[in-house]
Amino acid sequence: MSLAESVLQLIEDSAKTNGFTRVRTVWLEIGQLAGVEAEAMRFCFDAVTRGSIADGAALEIIATPGSGRCTDCGRTVAVTARYEPCPACGGYAVQIAGGAEMRVRELDVE
Amino acid sequence: MCTVCGCGEGETKIDGHSPARLYRRVHAHPHQHGHDHHHHEGGEPHPGAAQSRRVRVEQDILSRNDAYAAGNRRHFAEHGIFALNLVSSPGSGKTTLLTRTIERLGGKTRAAVIEGDQQTSLDADRIRATGAPAVQVNTGKGCHLDAHMVGHALERLALTDDSLLLIENVGNLVCPAAFDLGEAHKVAILSVTEGEDKPLKYPDMFAAADVMLLNKVDLLPYLDFNVPLCIEYARRINPDIRVILTSATSGDGMEEWLEWLDAGMQQASARKTDEVETLKRRIAGLEAALAAKG
Repeated sequence: MSLAESVLQLIEDSAKTNGFTRVRTVWLEIGQLAGVEAEAMRFCFDAVTRGSIADGAALEIIATPGSGRCTDCGRTVAVTARYEPCPACGGYAVQIAGGAEMRVRELDVE
Repeated sequence: MCTVCGCGEGETKIDGHSPARLYRRVHAHPHQHGHDHHHHEGGEPHPGAAQSRRVRVEQDILSRNDAYAAGNRRHFAEHGIFALNLVSSPGSGKTTLLTRTIERLGGKTRAAVIEGDQQTSLDADRIRATGAPAVQVNTGKGCHLDAHMVGHALERLALTDDSLLLIENVGNLVCPAAFDLGEAHKVAILSVTEGEDKPLKYPDMFAAADVMLLNKVDLLPYLDFNVPLCIEYARRINPDIRVILTSATSGDGMEEWLEWLDAGMQQASARKTDEVETLKRRIAGLEAALAAKG
């Protein structure tokens, strides 16, 4: 819920700088490893935007894939969950390189 | 994360008061609408109402919290304050550990506490009974402290330079991991009455923590808790995590914990002195440059 509130704050900040009064669509970039449930985000987003400039806005969630680099074997690997062993060598030294982001990417506004 | 448990900030209270500034979103609304109207009346260029356009934002969702956290961290650095964010599940013995820590530090160390709980001031009352200043933040429905709440709590604490600030987060092993408060370290407290597999079940928290206190070790004879296995799990998530076995009740491990605190405080204080010296040198340099111009 507080993440959804943070999204709305970023939208309201952007409204001040860019002078818009209504938001039609919000594009969020949520990494596979960010620990955010897309459905929970949708539910909370609808709840917190009610009565705001983003009331009724469509929420588009772009899921970015997880990736990491194993410091044991030096390979770049696809990561589906944090703290899992390296799929190549089985070690636990995988450093997350991508898929942890939670960003507001773009807005469609009036 | 918080998207799952539905926490919110509207009910946040600090020592029973609800500063209007804390109601960021709710109060920001009418204010902002007012601004919008103002802009329109001012006749600023404005696209037609039905015309839509794209606006790039490209901002991290936690960027606001991170900005507040950076502010807190700067404040701590300027004043040589060693700040710790204590995180655990409810009932791990955080508050008892804190009261015993403060008692053992005695009068020689200035320590203050920010207590985070959904409701009641019971924990802050327990801290104040030791003589240390404490501020209670009630998060209402919220499941974690954020950097903004901590900033307001700091206004009420009036910390002295070179002191120790212990922030006891809401008992929750999930959400507090994501919210930086500006602390030097997160300290995870795990009691041996919980499962040894907690680091694997709640990995984000143990990855975010620099220290794990394995607490209530006086109860080990009565429990089937595998200490080496628990430490192995914690290091699997976070190879660099420092583990200290403690019992606030029997006093086991408290010396090691206090030594670690003392080293951290000395470091924070020394950094402040360095910073002051650097600033003084800069002032002297700028004054010399100004004199040369004059």
